[in-house]
Amino acid sequence: MSLVIRKYCSIVNACINVDGKTAFSDPEQDGFRKFIRAAYRYFETDYPKFFKMDSLSKLGFLSVEVLLKGESISGKHPIEKTGIILTNGSSSLQVDEKHWDTIRNREQYFPSPSNFVYTLPNIMAGEAAIRHEFRGENTVLISEGFDAELIFNITDLAFKTGSLESCICGWVEQYEDNYESLLFLVEQSVHENMVEKSEEDVIFEPSTLLKIYKQEL
Amino acid sequence: MKPVFAGAENIISSLGFSAVENISNILTGNTGIAIDDSGIYFPSALPLSKVDYAQLENLFAGIVSGEQGKFTMLEKMFILSITDALQQSNIDITSPDTLLIITTTKGNIDLLDPDLQKEFGKQRIFLHEMAKVISGFFNNPNRAMIISNACISGVLGIIYGERLIRAGKYRNVIVSGGDLMSEFIVSGFQSFQSLSEKACKPFDKSRDGLTLGEGCGTIIMSSGADSFNDVAVSVLGGAGSNDANHISGPSRTGEGLFLAIRQAMNLAGMTPEKIDSISAHGTATDYNDEMEAIAFSRAGLESVPLNSYKGYIGHTLGAAGVIEAAISLRSMKMNMLFRSAGYEHHGVTKKISVIKENMEKEINTCLKTASGFGGSNAAVIFQKV
Repeated sequence: MSLVIRKYCSIVNACINVDGKTAFSDPEQDGFRKFIRAAYRYFETDYPKFFKMDSLSKLGFLSVEVLLKGESISGKHPIEKTGIILTNGSSSLQVDEKHWDTIRNREQYFPSPSNFVYTLPNIMAGEAAIRHEFRGENTVLISEGFDAELIFNITDLAFKTGSLESCICGWVEQYEDNYESLLFLVEQSVHENMVEKSEEDVIFEPSTLLKIYKQEL
Repeated sequence: MKPVFAGAENIISSLGFSAVENISNILTGNTGIAIDDSGIYFPSALPLSKVDYAQLENLFAGIVSGEQGKFTMLEKMFILSITDALQQSNIDITSPDTLLIITTTKGNIDLLDPDLQKEFGKQRIFLHEMAKVISGFFNNPNRAMIISNACISGVLGIIYGERLIRAGKYRNVIVSGGDLMSEFIVSGFQSFQSLSEKACKPFDKSRDGLTLGEGCGTIIMSSGADSFNDVAVSVLGGAGSNDANHISGPSRTGEGLFLAIRQAMNLAGMTPEKIDSISAHGTATDYNDEMEAIAFSRAGLESVPLNSYKGYIGHTLGAAGVIEAAISLRSMKMNMLFRSAGYEHHGVTKKISVIKENMEKEINTCLKTASGFGGSNAAVIFQKV
């Protein structure tokens, strides 16, 4: 069985690229909050819950949204065999600090469930799963930076058990003014062996992930 | 396909600092849940399951000298827990063939406090930094794998450990899950109104919420059954799933958990009648326990003896999967079903067989499940060799 990268999408420096080509860029360069809202509108996303999400979930959600634009996963694969496996560096620290600010003084003590629910990095995977009805494996792992080996190994092993037929995997990181995402849509190759593989197929392997991350592909 | 074995369990919880101590308390029927009116975690009194920090410091001072650096409370738990597990095994933690998997939801979240942050530095809040400190302590040459996937983190750690060993990537995997009691966590769960005013009562009619706990659990997994001092148990396989329904509420149909159980049984080549016991998640919130009962019933597991350990040690979040799997492994080796603490009157709409009294029973196969925020579920199956 070989796995192929059907599509990839990156969001970095106020710019969204799909398969290496710019799909949206915000000339304003006016911080993450404004950028992500502008991108949400540009892609004509209709999902009011987006505005309730913390920044990390907004980034993860929109990355998946753009990656899957024009794709019909559920038409090709059973929803219980579509997974989402993400890596992240800072966990939910940004919203953690926001929650902490609501409890640090007992005189001004107002913890809010709508904040607290986002104080887990896997909520972004949950939001994407709800939106696109993925019922397969979902895992969030923490790594210091983009780790091609980790993303490859965990995703590849999940496919090898037969638990997955398609998966969104990659890196979604956001803390303070820094944000970066790179997601891959990975599927089992429809071709039985490498000889028959179509020229457009990009093989899912660590070196390729790293090349795409470094924008060398 | 290589077989994968598990053993060398450690448990640090309100019921003690070793698996033996925890099991002996469970057998006696002791719960580690007590009313905390210290005001440290919440303005008013609440039942919590707390680790004895004085004893933790004592034990830690016994194995680590001050020159070896400064460690946060949670790092101390991880180090103690892994040290105890290693003593029950002959694996070499300094070998490149040994991987450490750390599972946690909030890690060193207590460092948001400015005083503690001053002492340890802000960098230490990052989970990868905490993991580096732990692997560094043991001179493990590999970058630790860190799973932070809400309350299913621990079970996912076991599942990924099993897959990595089976694929031949590592000979040994040490899975250690830990989470700390903190004002951060208590205030958040309280704002959700999901905490009970009494010790939690999983699957009981009068259950009204969960009890938070803290602790750390460690299990060693290996491709060699001879890696353990005691008999090893085999890890057959496991799977995760998502409800795709709600980020903080369990599915009404149990669909996600059912899918995870079904896939775990497929991977393990199991049928429902071959499962001898279930270690459920059982948080004692209304919706969670009902959801689990529906999923177990749909999976044909109505008659399988089932328990939740949360009535003894509370909900230990990212540690729960590892701690509860560690208790389950002991339960299998002892051929003993442990009473599900807090359960008196059946309180879910489906028939499930919650264990009311400790009893001897041949347990060859055990299913461990977990469910959590973000709609996530996981299931893993253990079998005696």
